[in-house]
Order: sequence, then C-alpha cells, then structure tokens
Amino acid sequence: MIRTFLTATIWASAVFLGQPVEVFADDKFITVASTTSTRNSGLYDDILPKFTKDTGVSVRVVAVGTGQAIRTAKNGDADVLFVHHKKSEEKFVADGFGVKRLDVMYNDFVIVGPKNDPAGIKGLKNAGQALTKISTASAIFASRGDDSGTHKKELGLWQSAGVDVSNTSGGWYRETGSGMGATLNTASAMSGYAVTDRATWLNFKNKGELTILAEGDPMLFNQYGIILVNPIKHPHVKAKLGQTFIDWIVSIKGQSAIGAYRIKGLQAFFPNAK
Amino acid sequence: MDDFSTAISAAISMVIQLDPDLTEIVGLSLQVSMGAVLIAAIIGLPLGAAVALFRFPGRGGIIVLLNALMGLPPVVVGLIVYLLISRAGPFGVFGLLFTPAAMITAQVILVTPIIAALARQVIEGLWLEYEDQLRSLGAGPMTALPTLLWDGRFALITTVLAGFGRASAEVGAVMIVGGNIDHVTRVMTTAIALEVSKGDLSLALGLGLILLTLSTAVNGAVFLIKDMAEKRHA
Amino acid sequence: MNAAPSILPLKLEEVSFEAGGKRLIKDMNCTFEGGSRTVIVGPNGAGKSLFLRLCHGLLAPTAGNVRWQGAGGGDPRLHQAMVFQRPVMLRRSVAANVDYALKLRNIPKAERVRLTDDSLSRAGLGRLRNHPARVLSFGEQQKLALARAWALRPQVLFLDEPTASLDPAATHSVEEIILAIHEQGTRIIMTTHDLGQAKRIADEVLFLHRGRLLERAPVDKFFTEPENDLAQAFVRGELLWWRLGKDNVTPQIPTE
Repeated sequence: MIRTFLTATIWASAVFLGQPVEVFADDKFITVASTTSTRNSGLYDDILPKFTKDTGVSVRVVAVGTGQAIRTAKNGDADVLFVHHKKSEEKFVADGFGVKRLDVMYNDFVIVGPKNDPAGIKGLKNAGQALTKISTASAIFASRGDDSGTHKKELGLWQSAGVDVSNTSGGWYRETGSGMGATLNTASAMSGYAVTDRATWLNFKNKGELTILAEGDPMLFNQYGIILVNPIKHPHVKAKLGQTFIDWIVSIKGQSAIGAYRIKGLQAFFPNAK
Repeated sequence: MDDFSTAISAAISMVIQLDPDLTEIVGLSLQVSMGAVLIAAIIGLPLGAAVALFRFPGRGGIIVLLNALMGLPPVVVGLIVYLLISRAGPFGVFGLLFTPAAMITAQVILVTPIIAALARQVIEGLWLEYEDQLRSLGAGPMTALPTLLWDGRFALITTVLAGFGRASAEVGAVMIVGGNIDHVTRVMTTAIALEVSKGDLSLALGLGLILLTLSTAVNGAVFLIKDMAEKRHA
Repeated sequence: MNAAPSILPLKLEEVSFEAGGKRLIKDMNCTFEGGSRTVIVGPNGAGKSLFLRLCHGLLAPTAGNVRWQGAGGGDPRLHQAMVFQRPVMLRRSVAANVDYALKLRNIPKAERVRLTDDSLSRAGLGRLRNHPARVLSFGEQQKLALARAWALRPQVLFLDEPTASLDPAATHSVEEIILAIHEQGTRIIMTTHDLGQAKRIADEVLFLHRGRLLERAPVDKFFTEPENDLAQAFVRGELLWWRLGKDNVTPQIPTE
C-alpha cells in the first residue's frame, strides 16, 4: 500500500518535475502589455497561434488594467502596447514612449444590470440618460475603480451625464478596484449595474441575474490601438519582432483573424485598421 | 452547491484526461515552489540555527524580526521584487521580469523567514538539551550547528513543509512578478485567479481542489518517508 | 594511557558561584591530585552538580580560580570527560555516537574505529553497535555514555549522579565500568545520592552542604568518624532540613 503510493509519487514527480521550463527568457518572443478585458474575451487564445504559425514568433501577453499596462510599457517591460484608451495612447506616443499609434479594431461597451431593473433603464439607447436614472434611483453600481480603459470610459460617461460620483463611493456607487471579471462577479452578487465591454460579457460565465439593459450609444464605442514601445528610450526592446506583430495585426491576415473571432456565435471585435 | 459538484467533475475529468494545459501548469507550480523552498532551506536552516546558537547584540530584535517576517504579505513581496527587476529598476538589465526565475526569487524571499524562524525554535530546544554534553566533548556552537541540524532533521522537515505550504498557496507574488502568462508563468494559483476573473467559478474551484490534492500528496509522501526513517533511527 | 603530561593537580582557590542573586558555591578551596576515586556527597541543593560543572569548565566561577596546574599552555578540556545524570545521545547509531566524540578530537579514522570497538566491547555494548542509540534502554545509554567518555582516554572523568535513574542491575554494571576505567589510570570525580554507592566506589569522600565544602576524608574515616556535625547527621541518614546558627551549635530553620 505504502509502496504503491511511493511509486506513484515518484512517477508523478517525474511527469511534473520533468516538464521543461524556461526559467529565464529565450529569444524569439515578444511581450505585449494588454488589458484583462481583451484577454478575458478569448481573442488572444484565438488569433495569437495564427500569428506564431505565420511568423515563428511567440507572443507573451501580460494582461493587467490599462493604467498598469501603460506603465509597464513606459518602463520598457513590454515591447508592444495594445490597449483601448485613445487619449492615454496618444499621450504615450507624444511623451516619446511609443513610436506610432495605429487603430486595430473596435467593439462597444454595454450597461448590464439585474433583470428586475430597479432604475428602469431597459432599452435606453443613451448611456448618459441610463446613468442619470441609476444615480437618481441610488441603484447599486459596481465600478472597476482601477484606472483601466473601461474605468476611464465609465468616468467619462458619468461626467457627460453631469453626475458627480466622486463623493458617493461606498454608497450605491461601489469601486471594486479590480478587473472586469471580478467587478462583474461583484455586480452579480450585489444585483447591481455595471459598464462592461461586450466581449468580456459574452464570455463571462457567472452572469447570475444580470443581463444587457442599455446599449448602442455611440459614446459606448470602444477603440483599440497598438503601439510599438520606443527602442530609442529602451534599447533592449525587441523592435523588429514587435513591428512584425504590429504589421501582421493591421494586415489583411490579422484583421480577418480578428473579424473571424466569435463568442457564442457573435462577432466580438470589428477590425478597423487603416 | 451546484458549483461544487460541477467543480468536482471538472477536476476529475481534467485529471483523468491528463489535460496537457493542466500538467503544464502543475509542473510549473511544483518546479517554482519546490525550487524556491530548496533555496530557502539552504539559506534559512543554517540562518535559524545560527541565531539559536550564538549570542550577539540585538539577538532578541533579530528573533522578533524573523518571526514578524513570517507574515510578509505575498503581494508586497511581489511588488518589491517587481520594482527591483523591472526594466526601470536597478536590476532591470537582467530581463528577469515575467519569468519563472522571478517567481522563484519572490517565493524565496517569502519562505526563508518562515524556515529560519521555525528552525531557530527547533534548534534552540535541542541546544538546551545537548549543550552541556556537547561542550563537554569539545563542541561549541560553531561545531554543533551542523550536528544539531542533522539531529533535528525530523522536526526540521516539518519546518520545510510549512515553507512549501506557503509557497504553493500564494498568488500575490507570482502574479505580479510572473504576469500569469499562458504557457510561461501560469501556475495553479494564478490560473485559479484567472478563471475567477472570467466568472468560471466551477473551473476555478476544480483547479483549487486539484491544488489541495497536490499539496496533500506532497505532505503525505514526506510524512511516509519521515515515518519510515524515524522508525529506523528513533 | 595518554603520552601527554598529566593536567592534574586541579586546584580551586576561593571559588564562588552566584546566580539569581544567591551564592550557590561559597569560598571553595580544594585540590585534587592524581590517582584516587573521589565521591562527593551531600543533600540536594548542596551544589554538587554545580561543583562538578565548575571543575570541568562548563561554568565560570563568579569569584576565585579553577586551575589545572599540570596543563601548561594546552587545553585541559581535551583530557577530561563528563557523564551526566541523563545520557545525551545523538540521533544516530551507538557506534556513531562514540565516533562523533573521537572525530571532535581529530583522531584519524582507523584509530577511531579501533577505539570505538574497544570501548563498546569493554562496556558490553559490542553487539548493539549498529542500533540507533535512542532505542537503547536507559541503562544501556548510560553505559554508552561511559564508553564514549572512555574512548577519549581522559585523564579525569567527571560523573554527575550517573546511576540516579537506574535499576540495581544497571547500577552495578555502570559501577563496574567506572572501576575499570579507573583501573586504566583515569582520575574519577563523581557525585552521588547513594551512600552505599559512595562506600562501594570511593577511596575519598567530600561532603558539601549549602555550597560549602564541610568535610573531606578517606572513605572509611568519613563513614565511621566524620568530624563535622552536619556530616555526622548526614551519615546517620538524617534529613538536613535545618542549619546551624551563628554559634555553630544551635540548629535553626533556614530563612534563605
């Protein structure tokens, strides 16, 4: 009995401990700083293998909030920045950290909330109106509160609706300080409202009582941009390989791969590189 | 409750099919945590023994510090290591960020105080018992250090296991310095965090059950080895 | 025996030892020459253990000197050994425990094997040489402690109540070994609780009471005609719960 267990242990050790692992980094790969929402949509799992097959270059995606992704790229810890907050991206290039910003694709944000809709926003095509109704009703709203692209978009929407949320944090307006998934988990548990990108929502497996209540406002438009980290600022950056990735993503091959990606039969991202 | 049963069946099917993603993640988890514990033991065991055996000014403070460092928050350690090895940091030139080496480094920092503090306790107890006889034979603290480490080996194995428990269970440090990159730095705990963030709670729970089983298996194997050895040597 | 010159005589001059604000050994003056088997007796708390530890160098006196007058510049500890009331064995085999002690003295391997085998067989432990030391009975472990000490060929062997926890058979074995060690030329300095043991082993007896050396005499004289009053009472088997007052005659209940 004991002998069997020990033999099994030795076998298992051989299987697991024998796995080859690159303890340090090898050469033909690039590091892309991107966002959790993009990763959670499953897009990368779908299109990156196609890129690697075409070029032999593998892509390591570090998925964090937009703010942290930009900081990572600024520090030179990534070769390419791929996020969805045009203002921050343009500033990134203007400050000399990036070479050039290119449009890649877009999708949209939606406002989700509990099926019973206490704030009565169902069917609204105006985000500002919907948010005003939520604040009037003091309905629970889960914000990412993490300086991400989604968070900045959400704050922009409150601002244009004329609602000041800075003083209500902890009341009906709840800042989770975490990624989209965690925020949606919280919204689901609290039967609250939230702003989320459509792709994450389609893939999200813990919807509970939540459903899409408001969508279609042009203000909810979500544009993705890609930037090569400036090799003049950070000489170690893999500029050539990084550019290969950018070239592929805006090429017909990359753009059609993006367009072909489906979540539950629905197109999640719309390629719009120029 | 529904989540639990889905979780258990998810876990079982992944294990039975030897899902390649799973074996890769488990393999990396074991390599990182065991590697870290090995290094932490090499540093921490003699360190703890030295603090136990030698008298020096500030000894009390060092003991308090070691004990306090057992409670180092993993996310803080991760953050500090990140700042050190980021390209913007002092050791950036080595390009260690987002590699398993960085994860091992962070875990070594987390685990060494645990091993050192607990080893100190064990060795101090042994020295109390052995000191007169060893000194009579001509062995002072310096000579006695390796002797006591070997004599206390059974209690010290438990110390090392405590370190392994800490390493294999933490997510904060490895997430920050590893980046949870698919096929590169994704370990059990970061994979669980990822599935939670995707709302796939059953899968996350299933992975959690596998992690628990893994940890139990490691402890079980060590217990058996220790038991057999103890019976031979008392 | 050792080719080295004898480290004896051992001289204690005005030795005192204080701990926790109390003087536990008081103004001790005493010299030990070579040859005999000295047994130190006295009630519990008299300071017998402390005395041995001061002689052996495990404790430093708070006043006075402990001097090995034959040692010259060398380390006197190399020619001494001590056996304690509770044997302390490492978690390894019987033979390895003896080997460990010899290794500390930098004795080469072949010599270590010879010395180990020799002392184990003399102590009657030869057939147990590969057993883990800690599974031995208490009596066997104590014999092992003696074998270990003997292998070092000490000039002086200190023993602190070595048979206090042993049954009569084991006690007898241990006493035989002690006598055999003495026969080979080692000076014996031992403490005991057991007056009978003192009579069996000693050729001279020291009587300690409350940290003072009150009497020193050859064994026969000590047990038949002790000079000191307290020694007399002790030899009669009385419990010395009182102390003599300042006049050295009137008993009083101790207040310290």
